[in-house]
Amino acid sequence: MKLVINGQSHEVDVPDEMPLLWVLRDELGITGPKYGCGIAMCGACTVHINGQAVRSCSIPAGGVWGEVTTIEGLGTPESLHAVQAAWIEHQVAQCGYCQPGQIMAAAALLAKNPSPNDSEIDGAMSGNLCRCGTYQRIRAAVKAAATSLAEGDA
Amino acid sequence: MSKPGRVGKITRRALLIGSAAVAGGVVFGYWRYKKPYDNPLVDELREGEAALTPYVRIDQGGVTIITPRAEMGQGVHTTLAAMVAEELDVDLDAVNVEHGPASPAYFNAVVLEEGIPFAATDVSKSAERARSFMRVPAKFLGMQVTGGSSSTHDGFVKMRKAGAAARQVLLEAAALETGLPVATLATDSGAVVTSDGRRVPYAELAGRAAEIEPPGDPVLKPESEWRLLGKSQPRVDMVPKCTGTAEFAIDVRLPDMLHATVRMNPKLGGGLRGFDSTRAEAMPGVKRVIPLDGGVAVVATNTWIAFKAADAVDCDWEGAPYPNDTDGHFAAVEQAFDGKRDSRFRDEGDTEAAFIEGADVEGEFRVPYLAHATMEPLNAVAWFRDGELDIWAGNQLPTQAVKDGAALADIDDDKVRVHTPYMGGGFGRRAEMDFIKAAVAVAVAMEGVPVKTTWSREEDTTHDTYRPLAIARYRANLVDGKLDALDLDLAAPSVFESQFGRIDMPTMGPDISIVQSAWDQPYGIPHHRVTGYRAPLMLPVSSWRSVGASQNGFFHESILDELAHAAGKDPLSFRLDMLTDEVSRGVLEAVAEMSDWGSPLPQGRGKGLAFVLSFGVPTAEVVEVVDTPNGIRIINAWAAVDVGTALDPRNLEAQVQSGINFGLSAAMMNEVTIRDGEIEQTNFHNYNVLRLNEAPNIEVRVLENGPRLRGIGEPGTPPAAPALGNAIFAATGRRLREMPFNRAVNFA
Repeated sequence: MKLVINGQSHEVDVPDEMPLLWVLRDELGITGPKYGCGIAMCGACTVHINGQAVRSCSIPAGGVWGEVTTIEGLGTPESLHAVQAAWIEHQVAQCGYCQPGQIMAAAALLAKNPSPNDSEIDGAMSGNLCRCGTYQRIRAAVKAAATSLAEGDA
Repeated sequence: MSKPGRVGKITRRALLIGSAAVAGGVVFGYWRYKKPYDNPLVDELREGEAALTPYVRIDQGGVTIITPRAEMGQGVHTTLAAMVAEELDVDLDAVNVEHGPASPAYFNAVVLEEGIPFAATDVSKSAERARSFMRVPAKFLGMQVTGGSSSTHDGFVKMRKAGAAARQVLLEAAALETGLPVATLATDSGAVVTSDGRRVPYAELAGRAAEIEPPGDPVLKPESEWRLLGKSQPRVDMVPKCTGTAEFAIDVRLPDMLHATVRMNPKLGGGLRGFDSTRAEAMPGVKRVIPLDGGVAVVATNTWIAFKAADAVDCDWEGAPYPNDTDGHFAAVEQAFDGKRDSRFRDEGDTEAAFIEGADVEGEFRVPYLAHATMEPLNAVAWFRDGELDIWAGNQLPTQAVKDGAALADIDDDKVRVHTPYMGGGFGRRAEMDFIKAAVAVAVAMEGVPVKTTWSREEDTTHDTYRPLAIARYRANLVDGKLDALDLDLAAPSVFESQFGRIDMPTMGPDISIVQSAWDQPYGIPHHRVTGYRAPLMLPVSSWRSVGASQNGFFHESILDELAHAAGKDPLSFRLDMLTDEVSRGVLEAVAEMSDWGSPLPQGRGKGLAFVLSFGVPTAEVVEVVDTPNGIRIINAWAAVDVGTALDPRNLEAQVQSGINFGLSAAMMNEVTIRDGEIEQTNFHNYNVLRLNEAPNIEVRVLENGPRLRGIGEPGTPPAAPALGNAIFAATGRRLREMPFNRAVNFA
């Protein structure tokens, strides 16, 4: 089957029901999206499909309906997305394992809702677990990214 | 290619910087008491490279600082690198930072200090002598361990001296190079600078540095001249972690690597009688099913295929070597109170006599088993080929991984290389070897092929080494609004016995973790006794962020709150009245000010206070809750900690916030229970943890009045649960004596 990931087309030979996460990680070596739970309860595997944040551990490869963007496609160390820049500015990450998922969830939220209030941030981000408890800084970074996007700094 | 140099000059000193010649360069190291450990970097040096101490390497690529402690989120790579960089005079963003190989030369000198029966506030001669004695076994054991909030404390002198020695040698090398006197030279951002402004980069001096003997005891900068330490540094791992480019063990990729998983007996420690893997082996992509000790591993072309095939293996499991349900486990802990006592490190006044006429207040508190639930499920990559073994594993104890790997592969220790990438959370779980041993067993069976063995979340949750369950019983007498007598009994299975038993290290004497942060709190109570009782080992148990303080902080501080109310006293002044330590007084007064303690609150709101001294850090926290129609909502938390010297204020704040969130999660909703011998919780749907919508605002203040520098990975956790419980009592009048609290109240 054909998958478009971070703007690149890939031909993969996998069973239709293999979750997208495991196609990305073990077949294509795209390891930014993380395995956390396999049942869409933790958000570590969050990627975008056509700009929408989804849990790649629970989407069968055969059911992918559009272009996939992973953290690698959102921005790079040399060319950061505004959300990544805000994360770095606020020194959010600790162990860092959940952060690709957190950042993808935040980027999708801000693309849809440029100035979310607290309860909208809660709604969009509560599916993403962080065992280090970086939540206070995540909240601050989401707001900072919203401001920087609004000012066109991105 | 290398031979040690100047060994004859090594004298018996506590901390000696020595050097060894290598081709074209020099290696600096700290020697062990009698014979030096092999310097782990010598073998890896190429011609022309010079390694300056096991903590610094300089080559054409620049300066590399080795930070031999696990980076599991606590920011230790940044802070340890800053210690070297401060003295070496290099910029943190211009150096490479790496964990380096496993080596007993990277022993942790101070981690065992927490195990001595002297309170952290005790600075008497005998306490200090006991602490320095603990550094001797730590050295001889050569245990490279990350834990006990000890990394910064352990590295603070060693790593700065390594940087200072290297700088001194580079100055002398530059003097030889330029023919100028050393006194006219200075250093700046990775270069030696001459008085006329010429810069000689350190990399260019690496060769000459080989010929120069390092100062045995270099002089350190005074704190007033620090450029990096004491100031918040951008973390060296932040950009990789925010761009998906940081490599965790689960991300390691090797040529033609296969993917495996394990399925172990759900009755932990029970064996495997037999299995039928016909169905599993018929699945496309499955390469092999391998029997393990107490389970099976499935090797496949993809982790997901391995997960599915593991479920398809029919296993005949042995029964559980412990009671089959949770009640049976608590019953065993209850019985421990009737047995022989394990410890009584505090026994002041005459407690028996004090209770002859009974007690004013008495009660019992309980906590359950807890899982670590690191975000990165357990995994390791292993590759056994040509009689050598490579292991990639996020781990807190690499020297043990070498030993266990060598034993399983039946090779010598020096044929094992352990690579320690970033770890997606540790909290104590990654000091265990089970997931590494499973990966090595798979690699040995699959000789020649690199294999990544990843545990499913279900396997991870149901095969943890848990925080033990525990029970506290107490009785107390109050006289004139003050605590006159406190008799506290604590019972739990022994973490030390379980944990050290798994690495074949005998433990003797009492397990201090059973009473940690209960016996040693800085309170003066006329009649005061704290007794530990050891319950039998049932489920495997281990260190869980803050170890014994994780339960005893809850017990002790809930009890003090209960007693303050019984005495008709404010919980803050009740504590201040019997406090014996001025540093601790400082954090209590700070948190009271921050939280506006004592100001009137609207109906349905409540603030709770807790103070716990753990890992040498006095930590006071206040939690504020609102009792809403949907349940309890945690809105604010304030914390004041005293770490003696604050090396990186912003990271200290992050660690305290992290510790509070971790403690709140356990208090609100976490428990591991057993039914039919199996763990009932399997994944985040039934072992849920704190989420963003439940996380309060947290304000942190870091004080520096303590006598010694202390680490902060753990101390934020213990006061969070009792502060929450005490806040719920303040808001609702309901005293919570069991964790998790959601057994009794709803959270909104």
